[in-house]
Amino acid sequence: MAGKEDAPARPGKLAALGAWIDERFPMTKLWKEHVSEYYAPKNFNFWYYFGSIALFVLALQIVTGIFLTMSYKPSEAEAFSSVEYIMRDVEWGWLIRYLHSTGASAFFLVVYLHMFRALLYGSHRKPRELLWIFGVLIYLALMAEAFFGYLLPWGNMSYWGAQVIVSLFGTFPWIGDALVHWIRGDYFISDITLNRFFALHVIALPLVLIFLVVAHILALHEVGSNNPDGIEIKKAKGKDGHPLDGIPFHPYYTVKDLFGLGVFLVLFAAVVFFAPEMGGLFLEAPNFEPANRLVTPEHIAPVWYFTPYYAMLRAVPAFAGTQVWGVLVIFAAVFLLFVVPWLDRAPVKSIRYRGPIYKTALMLFAAAFIMLGYCGLKPAEQPFTTMSVIGTVYYFAFFLLMPWYTRIDSHKPEPSRVTS
Amino acid sequence: MLLALLALACPLTLNASTEGYPMQDAGTDVSNLASLQRGARNFVNYCLGCHSAKYMRYSQVADDLALTEDELRDNLMFTGTRIYDAMLTSMPAEKAREWFGNAPPDLSLIARSRGVDYVYTFLKSFYGDPSQPTGANNALLANTVMPHVLAGLQGPQKPLYETRTSEDGKSEQVLVAVESTGPGELSAEEFDGFVRDTVTFLEYVAEPAKSQRRSLGVWVILYLLMFLAFTYFLKKEYWKDVK
Repeated sequence: MAGKEDAPARPGKLAALGAWIDERFPMTKLWKEHVSEYYAPKNFNFWYYFGSIALFVLALQIVTGIFLTMSYKPSEAEAFSSVEYIMRDVEWGWLIRYLHSTGASAFFLVVYLHMFRALLYGSHRKPRELLWIFGVLIYLALMAEAFFGYLLPWGNMSYWGAQVIVSLFGTFPWIGDALVHWIRGDYFISDITLNRFFALHVIALPLVLIFLVVAHILALHEVGSNNPDGIEIKKAKGKDGHPLDGIPFHPYYTVKDLFGLGVFLVLFAAVVFFAPEMGGLFLEAPNFEPANRLVTPEHIAPVWYFTPYYAMLRAVPAFAGTQVWGVLVIFAAVFLLFVVPWLDRAPVKSIRYRGPIYKTALMLFAAAFIMLGYCGLKPAEQPFTTMSVIGTVYYFAFFLLMPWYTRIDSHKPEPSRVTS
Repeated sequence: MLLALLALACPLTLNASTEGYPMQDAGTDVSNLASLQRGARNFVNYCLGCHSAKYMRYSQVADDLALTEDELRDNLMFTGTRIYDAMLTSMPAEKAREWFGNAPPDLSLIARSRGVDYVYTFLKSFYGDPSQPTGANNALLANTVMPHVLAGLQGPQKPLYETRTSEDGKSEQVLVAVESTGPGELSAEEFDGFVRDTVTFLEYVAEPAKSQRRSLGVWVILYLLMFLAFTYFLKKEYWKDVK
């Protein structure tokens, strides 16, 4: 391994090329600012792997997506059979498709864990509010991306899932019907809808996602990473001007994240090669039948990553002659995420120094979110209906009461330097 | 509108009377070549007359089932198609609708959309029912228009009912099983094997890469574990100087 000390005394041809580029483009500057001289806290733990893994999954989705696009036909007549063509006749098509379909679920899993990390260590708190907001926008774009992509295989669950979600917009008073027509471009989910969803899935949303991810990383590197102690490493700097508790992202976190990626890849490959359907969670059985306008699947349920919101939608009863309340509730549930940095009033950031109230509230929140997800997969009957109501009420209570309970909660003093 | 959709999302089955009919374990092994070859023979002899497997090519069946082109032609291809053609039925869909009221579904993906246990149980659950136009009914899929194609092999069967009291106190007849009433060409065990082979072939047809996927997966994971060990030691080496 060549360290700095064995660097050649005379610049070689490669170094000359580097200098030539640097005079014209800030290559070395960018590399230093964002990688080799970006100082990250040295005490990152398990929860800090998911950002880099999410970035890897984004790249994987884009690359596999490009190859799928080469053989997929976005038309009502051909979509379903072109997917089967990919699964059977395209060289390694089945692998590319399973990587993409498993990647979609993995993306959400990783992003959920990444977001939970922020709630654990207060990573959304000042000065990282915008970083968090970019993150929530990524999550929103990801939901749209997944929704549009799910229609493309043109299976029966694709069709009816899209039908249900698009019709949510039909509940808005006055403009509802017109809005739904506008989204579908037709009087029902049709060839036209499929074609525009394809356009949104392969170009519009990926562009938005990439832009937001760049903004997210720029914001992170501007303010610096939070850490499990929730204290600012920039407060204690050495003579060289670098944080005493910081280490350069490269090589320390590049090699550490490589290890994290290795663990992720083993688990990911286990699903891709041995359970790509994941017992109907990642690929649903009714989606192996082509879209059929006359026959609905036995249970219409969205893919698992949307089911917490689906459970909320079903938990809210219709009143005043409209179903719009459930729709407003799920919109509110996502909107609340944007304001979390201002709802949290605790004097400390990390769960390590918070009191028992927040610790309990957060663990219950995780449990409620998982419970909602489970209920959303089940038919709308007891006991799942009651569980959904409890979960929904708790979800909102967790956020809306946060300004109050984080203030009265006890807390321990924060250390001045990071602990291991 | 949303209400209507959510109502639709509730169970919608045409065969409410047989809901909850016990499913049997198909016990298929898609890596068993002999079973697949027998299943392919059963499929072309007993199913392909009415059902297609339109996403499956004969040539790929030959490749994956270790059959030579001659073996393929002699045993599996009866319709004068070319070897790289899809497995289409020779029955015209128009006529099928006329005869059965419903075109027989394509079976390419039936093992994935319904599951192997469903197909296995369905094929074993026909019984004589003079009220049906085909003279046969099915315990799993009531009032199916499919005739009891395997009757000769399985022998005649009759339904077995149990009287149960429903929640509102009424007693009702529930179909709980089918029972053999006479011998067929195959013994009960041979017939189970026959159906299992056929379902194994359908499982393969639904996902031709399944065996390859699993055997390749072992190597991929072994490779990734080596990669993981390498990254573990690399990280340890670099982090020695972090205090």
